[in-house]
Amino acid sequence: MTYLAKPKFRHPSLVPNKLGFTHRDYEGSISTLCAGCGHDSISTALIQACYELDIEPHRVAKLSGIGCSSKTPDYFLGQSHGFNSVHGRMPSVLTGANLANRDLIYLGVSGDGDSASIGLGQFVHCIRRAINMVYITENNGVYGLTKGQFSATADRGSKSKTSVNNDAPIDLIGMALLAGATFVARSFSGDKHQLVPIIKAAISHKGSAFIDVISPCVQFNNGAGSTKSYDFVREHNAAVNRLDFIEERDEITAEYEPGTVQEVEQHDGSILRLHKLHLDYDPSDRVHAMNYLQQHHEKGEVVTGLLYLDPEPRDTHAALNTVDVPLNSLGTRELCPGSKALEGINDDYR
Amino acid sequence: MPKIEATNDFVVKFANVNGSGSASANEMFARSILRMGVPIATRNIFPSNIQGLPTWFEVRVSGAGWIGRRGGVDLMVPMNPQTWDKDVASIDPGGYLFYDSSKPLPPSKFRQDINVIGVPLTEMANSRWQLPRDRQLLKNMVYVGALAALLGIEQETLQKLVEEQFAGKDRLIKPNHEALKIGGDYVREKLKGACGLTVKRLDKVGNRIFVDGNDAAALGAVYGGATVCAWYPITPSTSMAEAFMAHCKKLRVDSVTKKNKFAIIQAEDELSAIGAVIGAGWNGARAFTATSGPGISLMQEFIGLAYFAEIPSVIFDIQRGGPSTGMPTRTQQSDILITAYAGHGDTKHILLFPEDPHEAFELSAMAFDLAERLQAPIFVMQDLDIGMNSWLCEPFSWNDSKLYDRGKVMTYEDLEKGKEFGRYLDVDGDAIPYRTLPGTHPTKGAFFTRGTSRDRYAKYSEEGAVYVDNMQRLLRKLETAKKYVPHPIAHHAKEPTRYGVIYFGSTSAAMAEALDVLESKGIHLDTMRLRAFPFPDEVIEFVNAHDQVFVVEQNRDAQMRTLLVNEGAIDPARFISILHYDGTPITARFITKSISERMTLLGAARREAAQ
Ligand SMILES: Cc1ncc(C[n+]2csc(CCOP(=O)(O)OP(=O)(O)O)c2C)c(N)n1
Ligand code: SF4
Ligand SMILES: [Mg+2]
Repeated sequence: MTYLAKPKFRHPSLVPNKLGFTHRDYEGSISTLCAGCGHDSISTALIQACYELDIEPHRVAKLSGIGCSSKTPDYFLGQSHGFNSVHGRMPSVLTGANLANRDLIYLGVSGDGDSASIGLGQFVHCIRRAINMVYITENNGVYGLTKGQFSATADRGSKSKTSVNNDAPIDLIGMALLAGATFVARSFSGDKHQLVPIIKAAISHKGSAFIDVISPCVQFNNGAGSTKSYDFVREHNAAVNRLDFIEERDEITAEYEPGTVQEVEQHDGSILRLHKLHLDYDPSDRVHAMNYLQQHHEKGEVVTGLLYLDPEPRDTHAALNTVDVPLNSLGTRELCPGSKALEGINDDYR
Repeated sequence: MPKIEATNDFVVKFANVNGSGSASANEMFARSILRMGVPIATRNIFPSNIQGLPTWFEVRVSGAGWIGRRGGVDLMVPMNPQTWDKDVASIDPGGYLFYDSSKPLPPSKFRQDINVIGVPLTEMANSRWQLPRDRQLLKNMVYVGALAALLGIEQETLQKLVEEQFAGKDRLIKPNHEALKIGGDYVREKLKGACGLTVKRLDKVGNRIFVDGNDAAALGAVYGGATVCAWYPITPSTSMAEAFMAHCKKLRVDSVTKKNKFAIIQAEDELSAIGAVIGAGWNGARAFTATSGPGISLMQEFIGLAYFAEIPSVIFDIQRGGPSTGMPTRTQQSDILITAYAGHGDTKHILLFPEDPHEAFELSAMAFDLAERLQAPIFVMQDLDIGMNSWLCEPFSWNDSKLYDRGKVMTYEDLEKGKEFGRYLDVDGDAIPYRTLPGTHPTKGAFFTRGTSRDRYAKYSEEGAVYVDNMQRLLRKLETAKKYVPHPIAHHAKEPTRYGVIYFGSTSAAMAEALDVLESKGIHLDTMRLRAFPFPDEVIEFVNAHDQVFVVEQNRDAQMRTLLVNEGAIDPARFISILHYDGTPITARFITKSISERMTLLGAARREAAQ
């Protein structure tokens, strides 16, 4: 572990966390995205979340597909291994990586084209399989990297500079709920205060966590006819709750209206403190969540917040009954049955 | 009436209806011959169907030890009325027709030049058993009993096989024993001497085993240290993934914790299967998928990425005849080009060609070492003939002193000591770079994996010169691969010759026999059995050392020849293709005939031409 002696005067980005890592230790290469692109704000939120959670950067594996969004893992957590794989297939690569080493934190970064168009199948199946991961879609309603064609999450009637989308949208949140994700949230790249605690909670969740982040493409889909623009989301953002992520239960100091604060303890002991903004919203009820989202989407609202949480998630490794140590740490001695066993096997074939 | 007379040298073919329970009875018939020390070769010919369509099972009895398909039928057992005419027509003149004579058949249903042996199988089974299921299954054992008596197969040997098969379900032993006896008694009483084919105890099987290639390759994967398997069902590869699961349950469960030292997922498609293999390989586990042609075509993009990003991965291609509505249950060697150059852009891959289940085990285990040593996808090119038929082959063996070759992986200690790390740096001059696994070191050795848009240090770059530098190294890595892959096996003819023959994979068994026959006709050929691509230098040297080289393969387009011409920059006129691609395994007769004809034309087999 690196030990950093504390200098007397420090730039805020050099204040070490509990492990002695500074904010800078979680940064990556310089972004090559357009100035103002929502994706960069998500990278910043990820850096913040990992820093605040005192995660050793190298214990994270970042995997992505193809797109502007999928490039971003290069721009955060430079001390982590990353894999910019193929278009729409990050989920399978992440699945295999997770099977190989259950001890790392898996962060899947994708776009709406990557996950809702070409990769819809892999997206759903990966979630079905209850892979312990955080899966983020940086959702701008278009294919940024191929210059602005509509993606499958674009709302019907959305207008870009050159065309109108006539097809019905795919709601990734609804898909994730149906497929059995145990942590489902939506946020907005322009709302760091909402997004950072959600990411932290998702990382601490030991199951399949999905976050759909509306992330405007300033280049191709930030105009008046878009439902994924900064202006539209700001105006129609219907946050059902705000989340505090706290590592241990502490006293509630602020004053809240009765019934507006709900605490959920996660498997790892961390506490999610939800400040209810819509009192009728219940994030522990999957079917309720699906109905609520549909109803409010009809009204043109963008529902954000922690939408569903199962504090006792499933995990693929439990279902597969794999050994506690990572499979990639097993060597010849542990894996090879040897010549003695082979004699008996040969006999079975005679 | 001529009668084929033969001892330990004939072919028996069963025609059945898929799903009628005949498979286990036929298998028992075959094994009883093996237990008498007489080598056999069996082949299933089956449709893409679960119940109702015709299937065939061929048993070649060969005291001489030939285990390729011979071709022809000496004794036909047509238990399927649908295919009767074709089955009867396939019998060699002087051969035998063994049939269920319960219902009378018009003379037009028979042939004059064959010997007809009728046994009222249905009648006997129906008068003894009441339940339809019993009647059906035990009728199969009645014919096994009758055939055994006709051919002189020892009754005790069969009885013992029944006991082994039904161990644990002991109440089934008695009726099966009885069925064998009913069939046998009928023949002993009424049909003495009806058949000129005989099985005679020999000592030619030795310690060999009888196993199918998918089972063997799956076991090889267990021995080779595979821990992750991701697959999608497709004939004829499915039984490999299933066998891997079965072997793992026996061999890979931690004795103390009862937890699994393996993870198998049935993916939603082949794209996902190969994606998971690549993710696991990237993360340091030995991983594989098993598939067939259509699956390979779906995996192309990922295979390309694995080549460029240099990710260890193992792909078993159990080759079959083309598309899903092609001949999915028939054998071919027709995925050679699609695998050798799989992907997009300039790619070339490492292929291994096992000749039988024994070698499938060996090359399967070896593939995992090669994948990690060479940081590349490795294809194990089986086919349906090896994969789904039981073959008599040498027993599996393992050298316990051998440790897995995990290739060039930098550890925490290496990085800590300050060893320079560049993911795509050629440090040792063999073009194989060092890699690090995720999670190794808090501050050193992390990198971002991409296709080719990066430099030797894995930093983003789209510079032309940087790209070319990397692509040249990948070519040099393939040169290095030639040293590691299994080398071809060459054999000199008894007499010096200007002719050679190249073959590979499941053709091997039929080839051995064909060469023997050709030699007896005075046709001498030097031989080379390919075991891997890229071709080690001796392959090209072999071609150059002969005027003409036959290339025997089981596909239409002479795919291996194309690869030889292309990779060895060889004049195509040097090669003569012998191609068999009707979906059945190639036979010694086919090879012998094709090569003899060509040699006659070439005026080379002087003795033969003079006849
Ligand atoms: C197989 C394949 N088809 C098409 C492409 C071209 N392509 C690159 S990125 C992209 C769309 C990305 O859209 P999205 O995931 O929404 O990412 P964004 O750029 O909007 O962040 C496409 C179609 C590709 N890389 N691979
Ligand atoms: S094109 Fe759109 S998505 Fe891509 S970087 Fe620019 S703003 Fe972001
Ligand atoms: Mg997009």
